[in-house]
Amino acid sequence: MDMKQPFEKLVELHGATVLRVCRAVVGPAEAEDVWQETFLAALRAYPELPPDANKEAWLVTIAHRKSIDAMRSNGRRPVPIEAVPETPSPHGVPGSGDDGCGLWSSVARLPDKQRRVIAYRYLADLAFNDIAAIVGGTPAAARRAASDGLKSLRSRLVASQPEGESA
Amino acid sequence: MNNTELGPVDIALAPELITVEPEVLGRLHAGLAERASREGILDVAYRIVETPVGKLLLASTERGLVRVAYEREGLDAVLNTLSERLSPRILEAPARLGEAARQVEEYFSGRRHVFDLPIDLALSAGFRRTVLQHLSGIGFGRTESYAEVARAVGNPKAVRAVGTACATNPLPVVVPCHRVLRSDGSLGGYIGGLDAKTTLLRLEAAAA
Repeated sequence: MDMKQPFEKLVELHGATVLRVCRAVVGPAEAEDVWQETFLAALRAYPELPPDANKEAWLVTIAHRKSIDAMRSNGRRPVPIEAVPETPSPHGVPGSGDDGCGLWSSVARLPDKQRRVIAYRYLADLAFNDIAAIVGGTPAAARRAASDGLKSLRSRLVASQPEGESA
Repeated sequence: MNNTELGPVDIALAPELITVEPEVLGRLHAGLAERASREGILDVAYRIVETPVGKLLLASTERGLVRVAYEREGLDAVLNTLSERLSPRILEAPARLGEAARQVEEYFSGRRHVFDLPIDLALSAGFRRTVLQHLSGIGFGRTESYAEVARAVGNPKAVRAVGTACATNPLPVVVPCHRVLRSDGSLGGYIGGLDAKTTLLRLEAAAA
């Protein structure tokens, strides 16, 4: 199909996925702002996008840049990684009663690149080739970052889970 | 679930990342349409309204109402055509069509006889456009024949072309091609189907 779909269709098909990626990358509190900036920039550039482009990879690429902008303008990472905060982060999961042990906060404490690679691979379902083009480096390095991130998530979750309690 | 087996699937099951409520997306979509409109990058806004002749799609450019489509035309197909012929920068943006929706509603309730909306004839050119401009002058409750329209636009032999212009009218209801009948008084064709044409003519006969 070489016809260009109405932009409305892109929002319908990819809006939820892009929001999930934004949540994983900048945290739930700022995800919606980044989503808006992403789709606004996408709408502006859409007429120039080749009709056969991978639209989800294109949208995630824009979301990647917008999330970096958002984190820079706030002068901080979405959630501190140096230390596990004693008090709940103000940027934690709103209204979820997040006790700092949930999967989201584990994802948030991963090094930036691992967190992004995991989001782009497992929430947006992008290939490592596409992910490498977005985050830089080689596809093999992206694959390693995903694998290291998963390993790290696994050990954090095991450590935080009392025996016998199921997730 | 065994926690030591955390993998992609478990991440995909983390509800705080995965669950996206329709209300959240609806709110984000509305905010996007509003900002895009304000920044002048929403080239085509559309809205779907319920009427006695079924769902109608109303689409508007910055210049005015550009398309009215019946559901039987296939709303996806209509949007695809708008994307190809006008611009792919299309969003459902009901607020941009508030006035058009209100006038259509008034028309179907018999309270409005004349549409007072900016019109964009970008989807129509040449002879067809000339015909549409003439149709806008056929008043509420009145009808003309295809032959009369052909004479009125200065091309009395072009009866068939007038029929084609009516059949491809991008703005049915608002540009009243339903007011054009065959010379013998029979209905002829209609983009919204003959039932819709009959409904519109009866509505106008009753409210005129």
